[in-house]
Amino acid sequence: MTGFQPLKLFFVFLGGLLLLFVIAPLAGMFLETSPAEFFDTAMEKEVAGSIWLTLWTSMLATLIFALAAIPFSWILARKKFPLKRVISAIIDIPVVIPHSAAGIAILGFVARDTAVGRLGDHLGLSFVGTPAGIILAMAFVSIPFLVNAARDGFLAVPEKLEKAALNLGASPARVFFTVSLPLAWRSILSGLIMMWARGMSEFGAVVIVAYHPMITPVLIYERFGSFGLSYARPVAVVFICVCLVFFVFLRMLSTKYENADG
Amino acid sequence: MLTVKDLSVKLGKFELNGVNFEVGPGEYFVLLGVSGAGKSVLLQIIGGLIPGASGVVMLNGKDISREKVQRRGVGLVFQDAALFPHMNVFKNIAYPLRSLKLNDREIDRRVRELADMTNITKLLKRNPANLSGGEKQRVALARALALKPQCLLLDEPISSLDVQLRRELRSLLRKINANGQTIVHVTHDYEEAALLASRIGVIENGSVVQTGKAPEVFSRPKSEFVANFVGIRNFFRGELRDGKDSMKKFLFDGGEVSVLTGEPEGAGYITVRGEDLIISEKRWESSAANSFPGRVIALEPARVGTEVLVDIGVTLSALVSKESVSNLQLEPGSKVWVSFKASAVKFIPG
Repeated sequence: MTGFQPLKLFFVFLGGLLLLFVIAPLAGMFLETSPAEFFDTAMEKEVAGSIWLTLWTSMLATLIFALAAIPFSWILARKKFPLKRVISAIIDIPVVIPHSAAGIAILGFVARDTAVGRLGDHLGLSFVGTPAGIILAMAFVSIPFLVNAARDGFLAVPEKLEKAALNLGASPARVFFTVSLPLAWRSILSGLIMMWARGMSEFGAVVIVAYHPMITPVLIYERFGSFGLSYARPVAVVFICVCLVFFVFLRMLSTKYENADG
Repeated sequence: MLTVKDLSVKLGKFELNGVNFEVGPGEYFVLLGVSGAGKSVLLQIIGGLIPGASGVVMLNGKDISREKVQRRGVGLVFQDAALFPHMNVFKNIAYPLRSLKLNDREIDRRVRELADMTNITKLLKRNPANLSGGEKQRVALARALALKPQCLLLDEPISSLDVQLRRELRSLLRKINANGQTIVHVTHDYEEAALLASRIGVIENGSVVQTGKAPEVFSRPKSEFVANFVGIRNFFRGELRDGKDSMKKFLFDGGEVSVLTGEPEGAGYITVRGEDLIISEKRWESSAANSFPGRVIALEPARVGTEVLVDIGVTLSALVSKESVSNLQLEPGSKVWVSFKASAVKFIPG
């Protein structure tokens, strides 16, 4: 179709407004931060330490919970069992509840006077005000992203390929690691990136479980509360830049993998 | 060799009902049935890939019904080959050999041997996405043969290929069978069955309704599906009862016909060839014991003459000349009489 299309033009206009809504505040933040401010902030020990803490806790949360989430996603994709839909809905709960409420829930679960807290103390592991607590809070709010993406990835792998592998003498474990996992890998990697990114940007749940040591979102909030916008902004800009570098790198990595088409 | 006894399973609306058949060593057994008859499910049950079926599957005298998939000794080739898309042809064929924990040199030797037999040596480095349908099936065959299965199960391996590729693959399957490999092959294609099978089983409504050598199955069909294939359009299931004198009555859903047969009473099938049906405007006094009024439903051109479908309570198909169509002024809706002799009706017990 050719010629003037008012509807199409209107949709493009709406899309442009939407893009502006996302880009304008970010661009404003970047433009109002001078290069000197940017580098000074990046060199600050507290900021660098907080960014490093945010990166490794979010990565560790993703990796630790992936060990359970990926096999569980395969179960959700392949097996029929009672209450499967209820269980799938439970997995999505962290996405829909306020994250401060999630933080309260986790704190209530791992505080020192709870069974889990006492068990942790016994093992020399404390969750409140520690990186372990940060990892728990990050994982709680971000796990649905991995489980859902991995489940969709496994669903896209034709089941007959797994059956063929079994028939060819492979054990269920070998089938999982040589057929299911490689063929669902692109979706799983995408889920891992989303889980990691979501965990890294978490504020509400983490601030309740572990105000200290400060992850960067908490540091930005603290600087804003104590010193105002102009002190919080450079930290936010540095953090966004670091996140973007990792995000772009991992996205490029994920496009190398192709999902199975059977 | 392979014995399937009273195999039953219910999967949603689909059901297999007490499937029974036997396949001898080195035999090429083709299970013939329409799409949805349960052929693929049956193969997967034999392979242990669909659990929950009742009945017994014996292979070389050993009950493998509860055996693990990996230890059943049957190789399954899926309809669309089910090659692993992330592995090249070499890795696909080597996949089962890695389960045997062979060293790389031995794996290489075995893969090349299988590739040579299936004529795919040039394809070893190619990815499945770049293979034609026929090439994929050859790779799937080589891969399934790698574990030297006692019985090879083929799920419509030829059906989706074009004529030339079909010919080539049929020739390969004959070669594999000639090497002593027992094969169970399921298909909906009669031609495939007739050209490959040393014995045929016909599967209908979830059970095997007839087994035998191809000429026997096709000359005395016990299913409408096979009857239609061999050109018999008038096929009815019912019961033979005692009648007057030498003639017997065959009762079926929709009518009753006289049959001249020496077979004893009981359940079975009747067939009447379209060529043996006579169409007339009025009731025709003749030696034909069966004469029914009816209405023409449709006229369809046949290879020779015209096929006239007449509703007499059930639909009968008569083959008449174009001249007769013109002389009798036959058209949909015409009232006619259909007659045939009791001796034209073949009764097949079963």
